[in-house]
Amino acid sequence: MKFLVRLLALVAPLSLAVGAELRGTGDLGVVVERAEGSVQIVDTTRRTRVGRITGLGDLSHATAVFSRDERYAYLFGRDGALTKLDLLAGNVAKRAEQAHNSVGGAISQDGRLLASSNYTPGGVRVFSAETLERVADIPAEYGNGQLSKVVGLVDAPGQRFVFSLFEAGEIWVADLHDPKAPKVQKFKAGKEPYDALISPDGRYYIAGLFGEEGLALLDLWNLDAGVKRILPVYAKTDEKLPVFKMPHLEGRALVGDYWFLPAVGHHEMLVVDRRSWEVVKRIPLEGQPVFVIARPDDRQIWVNFALPDNDKLHVIDTQTLSVVKRLAPGKAVLHMEFTPKGEEIWVSARDDDRLVVYDTETLEEKARLPADKPSGIFFTARAHRLGL
Amino acid sequence: MVKELAWGLLLAPMVVHAETLKAERQQQLLNLLKQDCGSCHGLQFKGGLGPPLLPEALSGKPDSTLIDTIVNGRPGTAMPPWRGFLTADEAAWLVNQLRNPQ
Ligand code: HEC
Repeated sequence: MKFLVRLLALVAPLSLAVGAELRGTGDLGVVVERAEGSVQIVDTTRRTRVGRITGLGDLSHATAVFSRDERYAYLFGRDGALTKLDLLAGNVAKRAEQAHNSVGGAISQDGRLLASSNYTPGGVRVFSAETLERVADIPAEYGNGQLSKVVGLVDAPGQRFVFSLFEAGEIWVADLHDPKAPKVQKFKAGKEPYDALISPDGRYYIAGLFGEEGLALLDLWNLDAGVKRILPVYAKTDEKLPVFKMPHLEGRALVGDYWFLPAVGHHEMLVVDRRSWEVVKRIPLEGQPVFVIARPDDRQIWVNFALPDNDKLHVIDTQTLSVVKRLAPGKAVLHMEFTPKGEEIWVSARDDDRLVVYDTETLEEKARLPADKPSGIFFTARAHRLGL
Repeated sequence: MVKELAWGLLLAPMVVHAETLKAERQQQLLNLLKQDCGSCHGLQFKGGLGPPLLPEALSGKPDSTLIDTIVNGRPGTAMPPWRGFLTADEAAWLVNQLRNPQ
């Protein structure tokens, strides 16, 4: 069946409207339709869908990164497939089965290399962004040769990829200046890192820990200092709730002097001083936060939630550090993405099969678009940002 | 290939035989299984942060353990308790769906 699906994807690329005229790609993006294994290509200026590419496999937790000319999207599927999508032609440019079970990927500083973060076989694989040929394999070996699942993979300055090993509890920094011979440095991080972020300037790598309290911080400007543990004692007062969905950590949650971080297993968001790493405020929320993302001008933070509160969105004002608006876009709100300068935000409501676009100033709904169980939304402006 | 096809059929709306659970509730449970359990176990249950839940992976493991895992979670691991979302009978029904993807 896989074969058939692939064949369909290659033989019958739907002919799309985008190809018809000369145009740029700066206002395009992709929306993952996870159950169908398809992707919509959307235009954020006209708020429309301009294409759809099907037959892409298991897209749960699929993520996309962009070539630096913003023409291609690289999609990392859960089933280990890596697909290069041509946003202008509206078809699959290349496809490779790179692992059995994968959770995401990143594109290098120079745009020439892709790295995938894999569960099975646990490790990172590196590919040519042009041809998708594999150039390096970095098995996440630990203990007596077991392989660890890899999470929290990001690109970093200095042609590096940084990632975390879930079972091994380590952070690895891989230097790919010589793609055929990656130089890897390993650091002890803590129990079960579940995701990680890199600050927008590419300096701090922070891994969230599931197996113990706190986060692991690595200063990429001072690797010799090693990993420092931050926020070690979360709260003795309230008990940790069960986590039905792991939070995602995002570099876009650094705003001015503060980090805005989701608290694992708690109905709150932590506001953390960027220098002292002290918690300056806990903002109460109506659920466990999953994504915490700042509007590109840093004036607002948008938050979505884990089950059973996943029909809500909260908007937080970064001056007053309080929730200023509660929205209900639909059932199972999985992801959100701002337009490049942030005047609008696109939100996916999986179980209502729709995308909702909000004006971020008035907080009014601007448009609704049908989508088949939409999850991740990725706009091409990510191409020029570290760690995205 | 057969397996993937089978899952496709199982998860397509309609197929399931109504036994004790109402059809509407079955749909909700199947959606929960595929979408929300799928976020850790994979949409096709081939594994993710959580282990695979394919029939081979579950064979040899008693229903009671699996039902208990679903209802009460496994403390100390990322598997959360689902008792707020479903009953033990419903968990048993889910285990049966996992074992017998029509
Ligand atoms: C947040 C992640 C997560 C979610 C969501 C999740 N699981 Fe799990 N599940 C796990 C992990 C991790 C384990 C392995 C626990 C261990 O190490 O013993 C597990 C184990 C299991 C097992 C035992 C498997 C075995 O081989 O013993 C079953 C059955 C199971 N899960 C069913 C479910 C069902 C049904 C749902 C949805 C209602 C679900 N899980 C949702 C993470 C998750």
